[in-house]
Amino acid sequence: MRARVPAVASAAAVAVVLALLPFGMSGYHQALGAKVATFFIAILGLDILTGYTGQISIGHGAFMAIGGYTTAVLSRDHHTNLVLTMLVAFAVCFVCGLLVGLPALRLSGVYLALATFALAVSVPQIPLKFSTYLGGSGGVQSSRTVSHLWLYGVSWAAAAILFVLAWLILRGRTGRAFRAIRDSEVAAVSSGVKLPVYKTLAFGISAAFAGVAGSLYVLGTNGFAQPSEFGIILSLQILIGAAVAGLGSLWGVLVGAVFVGLLPEISSSVPLIGSAHGQDVVFGLLVILVMVVLPTGVAGLFQRLRRLRAPT
Amino acid sequence: MVELARKLALPERRLPASPVLVVLLGSCVFLVIGCLQSTIFAQQTVAGLAQGAVYGSLALALVLIYRATEVINFAQGEMAMASVYIAYQLIQWGFSYWEAFAVTLAVAFVLGIAIQVAVIRPVQHKSVIAVVIVTVGLFILIDGLVNWKWGGAIRFMPAPFGGRVYHAGGVAFARQDLGTLVVTIASVMLLWALFQFTKLGLGMRAAALRPAAASLVGVRVNRMLAVGWGLAAVLGAVAGLMAEPSQFVLQPTLMQPILLYAFAAAVLGGLESPAGAVVGGLALGIFLNLIGQYVHFVTSELRLPFAFAVLLAVLLVKPTGLFGHGKVRKV
Repeated sequence: MRARVPAVASAAAVAVVLALLPFGMSGYHQALGAKVATFFIAILGLDILTGYTGQISIGHGAFMAIGGYTTAVLSRDHHTNLVLTMLVAFAVCFVCGLLVGLPALRLSGVYLALATFALAVSVPQIPLKFSTYLGGSGGVQSSRTVSHLWLYGVSWAAAAILFVLAWLILRGRTGRAFRAIRDSEVAAVSSGVKLPVYKTLAFGISAAFAGVAGSLYVLGTNGFAQPSEFGIILSLQILIGAAVAGLGSLWGVLVGAVFVGLLPEISSSVPLIGSAHGQDVVFGLLVILVMVVLPTGVAGLFQRLRRLRAPT
Repeated sequence: MVELARKLALPERRLPASPVLVVLLGSCVFLVIGCLQSTIFAQQTVAGLAQGAVYGSLALALVLIYRATEVINFAQGEMAMASVYIAYQLIQWGFSYWEAFAVTLAVAFVLGIAIQVAVIRPVQHKSVIAVVIVTVGLFILIDGLVNWKWGGAIRFMPAPFGGRVYHAGGVAFARQDLGTLVVTIASVMLLWALFQFTKLGLGMRAAALRPAAASLVGVRVNRMLAVGWGLAAVLGAVAGLMAEPSQFVLQPTLMQPILLYAFAAAVLGGLESPAGAVVGGLALGIFLNLIGQYVHFVTSELRLPFAFAVLLAVLLVKPTGLFGHGKVRKV
């Protein structure tokens, strides 16, 4: 209980900083900030699945694609309010996540990772096949585009709401069941945790988060949902973010999101190499370096710091 | 030491479960009958075998690393692609194709070891996910380096086998398909012999299966793991060099689709099983070619999703792949 006060205080501080930040920034930087929020939501979703329930997914780009296309198609065909489409994306991806979670019950570890990877590879191919409705490689253009400030505000508002939602889910009965499954499935079952229910549920929630992130991602690319935007690289970026965050720490997620959201931009401005592909070199090197220095991510760093502060 | 290590490496030879054998034999019979019935079928099967051999050897590289390091090496395809660029550069400098081939394999071996020592070993025992992310980082890094050095533009390499076509019983066999098949199968067999009949191979098997016990009987586990990465890189380089002529052009995205098929092949065979990887690769190659020929709904966009759908179906029936075995755990 004592730990609550500083946690709430720091959450409030971060919220205030994030709320004030856009007023001093150019449109470009606001869009960048919105991108960080998008990654934050996606990584948060992955963390619920991987960090708290112990199921690996390399396929969250697929759920983002589903969410993004939901938004774009709804907006194109029905001129639906964009915030409303995010709610729909949340629901659609929740159902998709449950559907993926069911077969995932049979798989674990590396096999699950590769099955979800297959998902990430396969989903962006679907619009190419059904191009009359889903626009083929040209993509789907939503009927409305949004300003950078709108995007920043909505993205971080969504991030805040989902953060609180994740916290509420994880602190109670459901979160305990998730952690029990992660630590030992056998022990969890023996204590009465219904394994199929909670594992599928974790997939659903996680996918729903990714769906909202996908909606925001599409809005961030001028309302264009394109297959090429949702390639494997996106899934890998989310995974990198989750690894930098470290598993099972909600605060680490923020650092992970900043890492994958901002680093490609920063490294592209490194004058050292000065070529279009120099940024890949820098980004790749940094990813490796961070993992070598912090193999358990920021969460591991926090733990070590906490242990230093309170040697028991 | 050799005797002890041999005991450690024992649980190596296990046949797949009998239903799997029945299915495999059944599909072989089906393929043979089909080839005798129709020349198109036979042609597609041979072309599929050649492609499948490439998938299989890259899948085998993945399996080697998986057994030694317990991670999927996402950078395997990019390492192979970089090797092809090295070969390209050597040919530009005036080497003949096969000289360049040999030198490239040697360079790939050294680079594989260097990667293991420099970036994999420091994270090896700390967290599985960290190792995976390091390989993802390598993927991005190697991709960036190749794009930086050679650019993304299309390059051309001389064809290793020429464009000749043989005819046998009304069936046309491309020399290139046959050559690809021979080279990849030969390299897989050589590797198998290395693992099965040499002291080095024995040490590597022991180190991969029981690292702690192996180091107690005097196997240099770390060195063995590094050599394993080197060999995987060599195998990947062979796969890359053999994949290049069938794509006709060389560009940095060369191995990305092939890596995905190799993933599928490795999982199909069961990630623990080298034989499974090769069989999985060949099966996948033939299967995709035949599907492309006879099932018109599966157009080129749907090839990859379709391959993965089949993979998923197999995994649901047998969650550890065709040749895999469920792990027995004490609780």
